[in-house]
Amino acid sequence: MIRDEDIIIVETPELSAAERLYLPQIIGGMQTTFRHLFKKNITVQYPEQKRELRVENYRGVHRLNRDEQGRVACVACFMCQTACPAHCIHIVGEESPWPDREKYPKQFDIDELRCIYCGMCEEACPVDAIELTPEYNLVSRSRQEMIFDKEKLLEVHDRTVDVKPRKNPRITGYPGTGNRSNEQPPGDDH
Amino acid sequence: MLDILKDQFWFSAILTVILAVVILGVVAYCIYFERKISAWMQDRVGPNRVGPLGLFQPLADGGKFLLKEDIIPANVDKPLFVLAPFIAFGVAMIGFAVLPWGGVVDLDGDGVVDVTAQVADPGIGLLYLLGIGSLGIYGVVLGGWANNNKYAFFAAIRSTAQMLSYEIPMGLAIFVVVITVGNLRLEEIVLAQIGEGNVWHVVLHPFAFVILLITLFAETNRTPFDLAEAEQELVGGYHTEYSALKFGMFFLGEYAHMITGSGFITVLFLGGWHLPGVPGLQPGDVSIWAMLFKMIVLGAKIVGFLFLFMWVRWTLPRFRFDQLMRLSWKGLLPISMILAAYATTLVYLGKATNIPWALGGNAAILLIVLIYNGLLRTEITGRQANLPEVTIPAEARS
Repeated sequence: MIRDEDIIIVETPELSAAERLYLPQIIGGMQTTFRHLFKKNITVQYPEQKRELRVENYRGVHRLNRDEQGRVACVACFMCQTACPAHCIHIVGEESPWPDREKYPKQFDIDELRCIYCGMCEEACPVDAIELTPEYNLVSRSRQEMIFDKEKLLEVHDRTVDVKPRKNPRITGYPGTGNRSNEQPPGDDH
Repeated sequence: MLDILKDQFWFSAILTVILAVVILGVVAYCIYFERKISAWMQDRVGPNRVGPLGLFQPLADGGKFLLKEDIIPANVDKPLFVLAPFIAFGVAMIGFAVLPWGGVVDLDGDGVVDVTAQVADPGIGLLYLLGIGSLGIYGVVLGGWANNNKYAFFAAIRSTAQMLSYEIPMGLAIFVVVITVGNLRLEEIVLAQIGEGNVWHVVLHPFAFVILLITLFAETNRTPFDLAEAEQELVGGYHTEYSALKFGMFFLGEYAHMITGSGFITVLFLGGWHLPGVPGLQPGDVSIWAMLFKMIVLGAKIVGFLFLFMWVRWTLPRFRFDQLMRLSWKGLLPISMILAAYATTLVYLGKATNIPWALGGNAAILLIVLIYNGLLRTEITGRQANLPEVTIPAEARS
């Protein structure tokens, strides 16, 4: 329901005699378009040229990070799956074979077709294991191929880790389990 | 060989073939340049993938039109459905027949004029052009009618109403030229703009020139008058149900129509093949090289108008239908009637080619229009005048 006091009446401005003739306005518009004829084009010739991306901000294909020992950094806490507004993440957790954490993902699938690339998973992850990469040319021949499993996501990490290093390589595992890969608190650089 | 060419019939036949080929090429490249110019005006690059600079794009487009499936929907009026695109295209092409491309020619240099560089030189050339131009509606109407689609039919009706409305100011603007020259032969109209004491008609009657230009935009269904086929907000226009080559014919017909219209206005107002003071472009120059030079000059003027057509298309939004009708019936029609009356008066007074008299009259008419427009309080844009008022709560009007 729109209240009466919220209505703003905008009167159309009255046209002058010259404006009623249309022609002066038309000539003005044509001057503008004529100037643009000689301006530099802003087109990026895509397959040959590529735009320079802001690597740290770009939200492309996901990856699952590895820790220093090459293991998957994910601790299967389900935070990303819960945060995901598109419900495209599916995790199956299992008891971890490693002493520094309780759980690890036995299965970790992301449906890249369903994903809206909002980056909420990255925000939610407590160990910075899931991250969005600057990769955007994502193609496949079937929908099935577009569901990325754990191996594929780790491959993405291997491909992109040089371009975009992991945000916080030291945090892996729960605090207090005594076996963090590095005992320094996160974010403290030495 | 030269003896055959000295016969007007064979000269015309050969000229027809050459013109048909050249004009089809120009039409094809019109589409390329339409896309290029639109791209440049929007700071883009435009077609650049097919061949160097995208120059083979028309060939690729043509190939696509030829190879696509040519769908004839069920329940169409089949003969008319097939006929309509050919009418639209054919009518646009035969308009070229009477354009005076290069004056008269003396082929063997013996001082005797042999042929006219024109496919046909009827005494009623101007009437022929007008009649052929009006026939263009048939392609549109038959196309819209035959395909049994109510939206396409609406588009055809819109287009017909528009073309009929703009034909009246167009006729009156042409009347200004005709009454000044006193001849309907297009070659004579060109010659009347050349020589001692004569100037291009655009100098004598700039107002009529502007009106003819505006009506030409409407007659060729170009923006801002392209309601017949408003791509963005209406289905497709009268050719919604057409595909492949038949659609291509409509498309090419539009551009061919533009070229005819440009040639038309050039002959009437911009001196045809003539440029003042340039040797080789005067009526006395009748060699074959002068003819070619004249053809190039006329062609260049036509290309200039084609650029103008595209320039306007990528600058202006289109009119709403009631604005379109108002512009014709309330704007252009009265002005062109006054202009026609004034031109008649000038002829009666024997001052038809007197520049101060003609220009003074044009300036006076412009002044009258401006004053009238300034005093006029009815809205040109905005809502229609006779709709009920919207009631707005009093407290909202603060």
